[in-house]
Amino acid sequence: MRRGSATRIALIYPELLGTYGDGGNAIVLEQRLRWRGLPAEVVNVPAGSQVPDSCDIYLLGGGEDAPQVLAADGIRQNRAIVRAVGSGAALLAVCAGYQVIGATFPSGGEIHEGLNLVDIETRRSFAPPETPPPGRAVGDIVVEPDPRLNLPTLYGYENHAGRTRRLPGAGGFPLGVVRRGIGDGEDGGSDGSGGGGGGGTDGIVDGRVVGTYLHGPVLAQNPALADLLLTWIHGDLPPLEAPQEAQVLREARRRALAGS
Amino acid sequence: MVFVSGHRRGTVESAMTTSIPRRFTARTQAALAVERLAAEASRRLGRGSGEMIGGKLALRVSPGALAEVGSHRRTACVSGTNGKTTTTRLLARALGTLGPVKSNSGGANMAPGVLAALSRPPFDAAAALEVDEIWLPKVAHEISPRVVLLLNISRDQLDRSNETRRIASMWRELGAELRDTTVVANVDDPLVAWAAGGWHRQVWVSAGQNWTADAMVCPQCARLLHRNDNGWWSECGLARPEPIVAVTGQREILWYGRTISARLDLPGRVNLGNAAMAAAAARELGVEVEAALAAMTGLGDVQGRYQEVALGEQGRRGRLLLAKNPAGWVEMMELLADAPPRPVVIDFNSQTADGRDPSWIWDVPFERLAGRQVLVTGGRKEDMSVRLAYAEVPHSVHASAEDAAQAANEKVVDVVANYTAFRDLLVRSSR
Ligand SMILES: [Zn+2]
Repeated sequence: MRRGSATRIALIYPELLGTYGDGGNAIVLEQRLRWRGLPAEVVNVPAGSQVPDSCDIYLLGGGEDAPQVLAADGIRQNRAIVRAVGSGAALLAVCAGYQVIGATFPSGGEIHEGLNLVDIETRRSFAPPETPPPGRAVGDIVVEPDPRLNLPTLYGYENHAGRTRRLPGAGGFPLGVVRRGIGDGEDGGSDGSGGGGGGGTDGIVDGRVVGTYLHGPVLAQNPALADLLLTWIHGDLPPLEAPQEAQVLREARRRALAGS
Repeated sequence: MVFVSGHRRGTVESAMTTSIPRRFTARTQAALAVERLAAEASRRLGRGSGEMIGGKLALRVSPGALAEVGSHRRTACVSGTNGKTTTTRLLARALGTLGPVKSNSGGANMAPGVLAALSRPPFDAAAALEVDEIWLPKVAHEISPRVVLLLNISRDQLDRSNETRRIASMWRELGAELRDTTVVANVDDPLVAWAAGGWHRQVWVSAGQNWTADAMVCPQCARLLHRNDNGWWSECGLARPEPIVAVTGQREILWYGRTISARLDLPGRVNLGNAAMAAAAARELGVEVEAALAAMTGLGDVQGRYQEVALGEQGRRGRLLLAKNPAGWVEMMELLADAPPRPVVIDFNSQTADGRDPSWIWDVPFERLAGRQVLVTGGRKEDMSVRLAYAEVPHSVHASAEDAAQAANEKVVDVVANYTAFRDLLVRSSR
């Protein structure tokens, strides 16, 4: 732990990538540091302003089509996030943000260039052109995280039209296996059945970069994932007593989503 | 007679008189009979007001019924994400100064509900109609309203995404087709202002907008909007229109060049904005502003909103407040700050009608509740509890709103509920 210097959490373009409450991820990280007696600072990076390259954790959230393209253009032009990740910063990218950190993503009928931070690509559909594209993936999502992460089950809510897949020879590994919902949709739901949960995966973990389709916000519903990000920056963290509320919520989600 | 369309700016038509009884097609006469029977049966069975089922059946009997009963009378349609019901009620009171008024006061705001409101005599009565945002084009095409009020567009249910821009775009196209309709539009909402810009005649009202997060991107060119205290603008030239009516204080409205005072019984600045919109629409239908505002005073609750009800058997009471999205919650925060700090019960659900995704509560500045006693209940009470924990707002969690009220430090509490939670509370408290 670096005494005196606050951990800086950059919330990138909340006006563009804040449609689904993902700004909550910044609140969760900040508070979990502060409750441990560690100084933290949320750096709001409004759209149109320079992204600083000096932050410790970067957050990208979900957003609608036009804002997503605006955000991607802004982030690509100044390469601050790429530089910061290259020198050890952590990045959590959710939904539209997850699509943006990959190679390419669809929006408004066109394919746009992403940040190329992770080896994924997103399309409206990967099915043959003559088959109708799958429906929007909307609903509760449950993901069993990759054992290497040593995390408990991830709960969240997804809402996206795109389907995502790893590029050949991609680095890193999927965040986890989808137990309920669609996620990336590669195997589970890309046939448009909408059922999902057929063993497809969601998200990516590559170095200190995490991408996922989970809203909720994901760190509020899954505090262990928040602490994993913090550990990447801080090393071992002091134990945290509060809050019990998150455990109660996870138990409520487990009960509500059991048996489906 | 049928009133002459194509009214000019500034002219105020006298109350319309209709001496010739309207002739409906046989099909529509049958539809109206069916509507009445169904509504009565539904009421007898205790299934709500029967507006939905009666209107649905009638539209099946005569798909053209809405156009027949709705056109050729003085109608105003009210649409927007927040404030539709209240604004419609205020407008109905203002129009009531001229004669009988029809209104879908039960809140059934799609085509069947609108038809039910219009399907009883007198068929030349004016009408104040609440219309769902998505249904507005369909309804307005049928009845060709004299006035359409566009209040605001913000995120409502997260699982119906990508809608704000789509709604604005639908409304803009609608206006281009309604040649004889005046739009009363809120200039403080860029999506609304852009949508209304495509209409043939506008009355611009500054009704306020304390939630800007859903209107950061220009609806016209998709660039970032610029904002300052005087308004908003975009590099493409789209900018906040100059309003002719504006809320300028807690009890003050700028009205066509003069300042008038307005005292409502409904609380909060947000309702003064609703009243300004309603008064501007009423003016287009021939009501003087003084008469309109006087008629609006005296309205103390709208479908249970702002009403104080009994909570449980122990003499506890709660003022019911509805907040179903971030914009609505921010309005309620303002309203709570205006009054003495009572305990607040938050009743939070995520059923289909609420939107299944509760993530939006992380956009609400719950930190502002610090210092009050906060009690949480509802189907997603655990999510709300986590949100409040991270906002460092001490709170307790309860099985029901009645239990929460029982545990409160005072006998009267404020209850902020979202859609289904509010509906269920209202049903329970009126038993
Ligand atoms: Zn523009």
